Amino acid sequence: MLKVNNLHAGVEGNEILNGINLEINPGEVHAIMGPNGSGKSTLASVIAGKEEFEITQGSIEFDGEDLEETSPEERAHKGIFLSFQYPVEIPGVSVTNFMKTAINESRKARGLEDMPANQMLKLIREKSELLEIDRKFLSRSLNEGFSGGEKKRNEIFQMAMLEPKLAILDETDSGLDIDALRIVANGVNKLRSKDNAILVITHYQRLLEYIVPDFVHVLHEGKIVKSGTKELALELEEKGYDWLKNESVV
Amino acid sequence: MAYTEEELKKELETKEYEYGFYTDIESDTFPKGLNEEIVIAISKKKEEPEWMTSWRLEAFRVWKEMIEPEWANINYKKPDFQNISYYSAPNKKPKYDSLDEVDPELLDTFKKLGISLDEQKKLAGVAVDIVMDSVSVATTFKKTLAEKGIIFCSISEAIKEHPELVKKHLGTVVPQKDNFYAALNSAVFSDGSFCYIPKGVRCPMELSTYFRINQAGTGQFERTLVVADKGSYVSYLEGCTAPSRDENQLHAAVVELIALDNAEIKYSTVQNWFPGDKEGKGGVYNFVTKRGLCEKNAKISWTQVETGSAITWKYPSCILKGDNSIGEFYSIAVTNNFQQADTGTKMIHLGKNTKSTIISKGISAGKSQNSYRGLVQVNSRAKNARNFSQCDSLLMGNDCGAHTFPYIEVKNKTAQIEHEATTSKIGEDQIFYCNQRGIETEKAIALIVNGFSKEVLNKLPMEFAVEAQKLLEISLEGSVG
Repeated sequence: MLKVNNLHAGVEGNEILNGINLEINPGEVHAIMGPNGSGKSTLASVIAGKEEFEITQGSIEFDGEDLEETSPEERAHKGIFLSFQYPVEIPGVSVTNFMKTAINESRKARGLEDMPANQMLKLIREKSELLEIDRKFLSRSLNEGFSGGEKKRNEIFQMAMLEPKLAILDETDSGLDIDALRIVANGVNKLRSKDNAILVITHYQRLLEYIVPDFVHVLHEGKIVKSGTKELALELEEKGYDWLKNESVV
Repeated sequence: MAYTEEELKKELETKEYEYGFYTDIESDTFPKGLNEEIVIAISKKKEEPEWMTSWRLEAFRVWKEMIEPEWANINYKKPDFQNISYYSAPNKKPKYDSLDEVDPELLDTFKKLGISLDEQKKLAGVAVDIVMDSVSVATTFKKTLAEKGIIFCSISEAIKEHPELVKKHLGTVVPQKDNFYAALNSAVFSDGSFCYIPKGVRCPMELSTYFRINQAGTGQFERTLVVADKGSYVSYLEGCTAPSRDENQLHAAVVELIALDNAEIKYSTVQNWFPGDKEGKGGVYNFVTKRGLCEKNAKISWTQVETGSAITWKYPSCILKGDNSIGEFYSIAVTNNFQQADTGTKMIHLGKNTKSTIISKGISAGKSQNSYRGLVQVNSRAKNARNFSQCDSLLMGNDCGAHTFPYIEVKNKTAQIEHEATTSKIGEDQIFYCNQRGIETEKAIALIVNGFSKEVLNKLPMEFAVEAQKLLEISLEGSVG
């Protein structure tokens, strides 16, 4: 589904990613771990198509298609979803209205009519129940005055609504207390299927206790320095990143 | 009928012009220029009574001595007032009973503008009085209104049919000599609307008028007078669209609202005059005087969505004369490319326990300049006056400007005045967030702008709100490169 080949990317000549190789197949959950500044969020943004990053070498393929010339919204239409580490506020735009717009824009891109109101309502009801979201929450302005937990839960709610093929969760666990973390993780797990894939980006092993990955990759200085199964995450937790930093030097 | 000496003198003056200098002008567009003969000719063309002609002449004489104001935060080449034609009318002038009789080409133009009369008629409860190049060509729903004793017609018709009402109220809120543009309008106003709601009557439908400028080089000088008698209610909608023009066109309208004891007037405007092209060429100069007078317990709400015009100079105001009266001003002003807007309101608190609310949302894009200018004045006898003002500005890009000029004058220490102001910028992060959810940039901007403007959009009547939302979208098209 996703194929990242020798990806080099950066901002204004500052290279942050130094040759990433990553392949994700349908049904898989991958985790990317790494210390601060290792390029985790950059990788997420580059896959989503954020324009401030320049790809200097390598490629990203999604469903066999090179994404180089593809705009962020087109990538979204193809089924790439990014759960933001810091979701932005849009005052005056309700969560419901935002979702309605997003869903209908994606449908338009696929040549479909707007989703009928009753169907939209049903979908909203279904997904908000799945994620234990209070309906009142949906009429509030997007992320405005939301607590950290509410923001993250809102991201996962959007993921549930949009049903992406590939969901990238960028530090979804940051700022969450243990209850919120469990709710968010449960939500993600309910959305797992054999047809979609999830890329979890996290600093800590904690989230991976709830969202259990098939593969774990360790990112260091813009490169994947080690890949393994979920046990690697535990090992990292125990030994710390320095263990790998030293190893990669060797 | 006994004439006063004054009236006699005026009549003689008029007569003198009539026989001496007046030349009958056959063409539907008057020659360029402005002098007393033109003023008289306009009045004559409209078959006005003499008192009206004198009233216009009085205004013209005042205007001649006035100087164009320069205090607004706008830069433009002043119009050459002698190079404008002050009257133009469509070729076919008869009034129609039904749409079928209306010139199909005219109907077609309206359709292109998205104003389908057929739809308008069907839209429950909307009577439409269209002002096309100064002369009313269609008035609908008149009968229903007449049953309630409501008068809704062109101002020209009102001058003829209801002279006592017009005479009593015209110029009482915005006097002829009020300001340069109001004086000009008083002298040459071509047409406009008149509305009277009798005592205790609640107008059963939204009254609406569509204005547009058609003929190149003709200024539009609309005059609107709305009188809500004691205990009555009316909601009035005014929408403007104008096709592309190269030349700058002058628009100087005057709107007077009178809300007598316990009456309420809601006045909503969507203004979309041609703003000029991307290089700042052309566009309408919009110098408007709008003011309402509230008697005891009366309420006037101004709601405006201003997206058009190259220059906007407009301050819909409320004089809260009666005790317990309420004034409201809700505004969205969008400027893009080279547009300049200097708009806001004046809330004049004269009566006791008077209340006013000001919510102003300014959106600037391109190389435009957007200014809010507002005055809150509390008079010495206005005990317990209250005002709340909120001015928010949204900037798009780095070449535009947002300015706020609040003036507060309080002469009674029981007054409570609150003023809040914010300035924000549409961030790349917001846009990327929307993009990532599959929403393209233009749509994302529309969404953000609509969210920003929501408090004001919510004040508009339903069908108008939808139109206004679309307009915001169109106005900001191409504003992010």
